[in-house]
Amino acid sequence: MIKESTRQPEQACFREVVAAGDYFIRTIKKGQTVRLLDLEGNQAADTLFYSAEDPAERYSAMDTIREQGNVYLTAGTTLMSNRMNPLLEIVADTCGRHDTLGGACATESNTVRYDLEKRCMHACRDSWMLAVNEHPEFHLAKQDITHNINFFMNVPVTADGGLTFEDGISAPGKYVELTARMDTVILISNCPQLNNPCNGYNPTPIEVLIWND
Amino acid sequence: MNESLYNTLLPGSAHWSLRVRRGMQLRFTDQEGGANLSVLMYNPEMLLERYNAPDSLKGQHTFKLSKGNCLYSDMGRVFASIVEDDFGWHDTVCGTLSEKTLKEKYAVRSYQDCHNQWTLSGEHSFLTELAKYGLTERDMAANLNLFSRVTTDDDGNLVFDASAATPGASITLRFEMDTLVILHTCPHPLNPSEEYPMKPVQIEMRKADPVADDDYCKNFRPENGRAFENNRLYHLGL
Repeated sequence: MIKESTRQPEQACFREVVAAGDYFIRTIKKGQTVRLLDLEGNQAADTLFYSAEDPAERYSAMDTIREQGNVYLTAGTTLMSNRMNPLLEIVADTCGRHDTLGGACATESNTVRYDLEKRCMHACRDSWMLAVNEHPEFHLAKQDITHNINFFMNVPVTADGGLTFEDGISAPGKYVELTARMDTVILISNCPQLNNPCNGYNPTPIEVLIWND
Repeated sequence: MNESLYNTLLPGSAHWSLRVRRGMQLRFTDQEGGANLSVLMYNPEMLLERYNAPDSLKGQHTFKLSKGNCLYSDMGRVFASIVEDDFGWHDTVCGTLSEKTLKEKYAVRSYQDCHNQWTLSGEHSFLTELAKYGLTERDMAANLNLFSRVTTDDDGNLVFDASAATPGASITLRFEMDTLVILHTCPHPLNPSEEYPMKPVQIEMRKADPVADDDYCKNFRPENGRAFENNRLYHLGL
């Protein structure tokens, strides 16, 4: 569902451009709103969320899609934790659909999907591995790197049970906005994938903006 | 077919775990129809390696799991291949019955009052088994829900297909590496039944035939062949 935001970038309390292949980690306070902005279009922002108080409570793709009865995320979706608590709500979305079935790329899964000799190509999970070791203050480790959201990615499920990876429905300037329902850690890998159309074979930067209200 | 080495019945609303060796196969049978067998998998040598539903789905371009599909770990290897399946469509995206939903949905039967007829949640069942191996809720990844068919419509709405329940339906997993298998038989969280379904699952273990070059699962998708190659390297010690 397309829903535009009334928030103005000039009033944001935080703005940062995240290059493709980099990670971003920060705490979003309860009531704050975070926007992910696809600057050049067709990018994939692989994202995980955790309760800032206890990261054992985290975004759960299964609980989220089951509780809303739909596999796609868009405006109106409440992101549920593994303890069945609302973590964040998608309050605006100019893209219309985001994936949470396909997971993130990893060097190991790249060998399966593309070629055994692509094992050293950069991947989202490697960005997250570096993030958890560079930021021990968030108390995250490999088992916390779970089933993520792919903002701006289009992964339709077909009626006969297929899963297809379509060219992105995102475009330059499209965004998604989420309001935190609890103090939440956001961990993004701005996807470096060069082997599939999830980011148009051309990884590009995104911008993260945060508003206090 | 090789001789049956072990045969057991997992009652409804029950949990169990076992370490299955490479080269064995497990046949699960929904005796009465309407069972749900939830499954998590870990590498007993390295518990941080676990069943990865997103990698399994995107690697094989599928939303459902059936014969020919392989169940991938997060390290690009195959825990198990689905070598036989007459049910046709197993879910792996809907998670498990939470304690909260159990209490909202069903007339809960306590152990004190009902002993073995008590109604367990999938959440408590998994937590109980995981703790035996030092694993916690942080390790609870997306699980398989065998014998539960959940489809989507054109808009992505999830539909639990209760009509798919078939007495005697079975699925056989052939294990391609040593695997810690965590199981429970609590109901699928989208099962619309007003009464808590208590459905047993039969488990039979046999030795599997060696994986041939023209093996159906290994050749089902080119990705599966590469994942099998990763298993070969792992068993070489790489």
